[in-house]
Amino acid sequence: MTRSAHPDVVVVGAGVVGAACALALARAGLRVLVVDAGFPGCGSSSAAMGHIVVMDDTESQLALTAYSRRLWAEMASELPADCEDERRGTLWLAATDEELRGAEEKRALYARHGVEASVVDAKTLAEMEPNLRPGLAGALHVPDDSVLYPPNAARHFVRCAQALGAEVHERCAAEEIGAGTVRLRDANGNVEVVSAGAVVNAAGVDAPRLIPGLPIVPRKGHLVITDRYPGLCNCQLVELGYLHSAHTMSGASVAFNVQPRATGQMLIGSSRELVGRDASINRQLLASMLRRAIEFVPALERCNIVRAWTGFRPATSDKLPLIGRWEPLENVWVAAGHEGLGITMALGTAELLTAMMVGREPAVDPAPFAPGRLMPALCAGEEG
Amino acid sequence: MTRRVEIVVDGERLFVREGAPLAVALFDAGHRAFRTSVSGEPRAPICGMGICFECRVTVNGLPHQRSCLVPCTAGMIVETSADGHDHER
Repeated sequence: MTRSAHPDVVVVGAGVVGAACALALARAGLRVLVVDAGFPGCGSSSAAMGHIVVMDDTESQLALTAYSRRLWAEMASELPADCEDERRGTLWLAATDEELRGAEEKRALYARHGVEASVVDAKTLAEMEPNLRPGLAGALHVPDDSVLYPPNAARHFVRCAQALGAEVHERCAAEEIGAGTVRLRDANGNVEVVSAGAVVNAAGVDAPRLIPGLPIVPRKGHLVITDRYPGLCNCQLVELGYLHSAHTMSGASVAFNVQPRATGQMLIGSSRELVGRDASINRQLLASMLRRAIEFVPALERCNIVRAWTGFRPATSDKLPLIGRWEPLENVWVAAGHEGLGITMALGTAELLTAMMVGREPAVDPAPFAPGRLMPALCAGEEG
Repeated sequence: MTRRVEIVVDGERLFVREGAPLAVALFDAGHRAFRTSVSGEPRAPICGMGICFECRVTVNGLPHQRSCLVPCTAGMIVETSADGHDHER
């Protein structure tokens, strides 16, 4: 089944994270085998918004998102047009003066980390985004955040890795990961145990199926895409209250998050809930998500929706991904659990992982991302 | 006998039967391309019952209206994108 009898690394999962890891490892000169149960980018990557965004829940999150966003910016000119990479910038909307003071604190924090941002007042905000509701206090503008179409980025990374000699198997499901081994089942039902120098579990929400005990739960989200309304919004618009929604782990929540696409369509989010792997549309939650969007951009009420879908963020209880060695098993590594920041953090994760695997000095301190770190327990009922 | 009302299509005045589907009125008036597709091709109604979305036009400033479902009313302002304007894409 596999051509290379003993690859240096098997990367399990070709979402944006796994695909980026495969490419970085191939660039480091390793013989890489990439397997995906479907095809590159077919899982959470294809359900994601594709917002490349600096976030600052913790210092570690800020460090990795800022570093990774810089890597995306450096790569921008190499990305094919179908990745629809656009430097849209983010406007973090402040509904109240108190939130605007919070925006100023964020700006100062970003400045200390070399991330450009400015606080805009109500009048400037209305000029930048005429379709926002009146009465907002202002916003934090982060001009270098960007937007792209994640599944095509995953496919691009896989192709680049292939060009460097990586072997790629689609419709090839990993069933179990052992010490430097992985059991694979292809579309014809053929089973093969591949032994490799190392195995990287980059299977996102499926990662715990391969390594029982990996602390990742699926956190479901809804997205909606409209017909084409070019110019309705210009920046990615997110309410500062998003942070509350993203950071509390219990219960279902919605937050305003709208993204203008290169096509002129509007991508509308976001929702969060812990309901296992039930992918069906929660109409009540979808309705409150859309009401929230219309509160901020009233013109959305008259827009046609083309499609609504759900996806699963691979979430951890401390909001940081798992990147590094999985100590209980020899020669096993993890790059998963990025929740809603998998696209943003993909390139940083790949560089961090590769540095650790080949013994280079990592650009960001990897300790906070150690897969075996102590993490707060998930509340009862939150297990997927 | 149905009343005839005036509407404006791409800047031209048109007298149509009040309440008639806009798509029918446009077709009667000789319009064959209602919009331009993303790939630049002319598009016209196929289903006539709100399913195919090929007959979309802008009505009173509101884009993406299915003209087969919109009844003609007096003073209606209609813009097609038959000339390749991308506002309707």
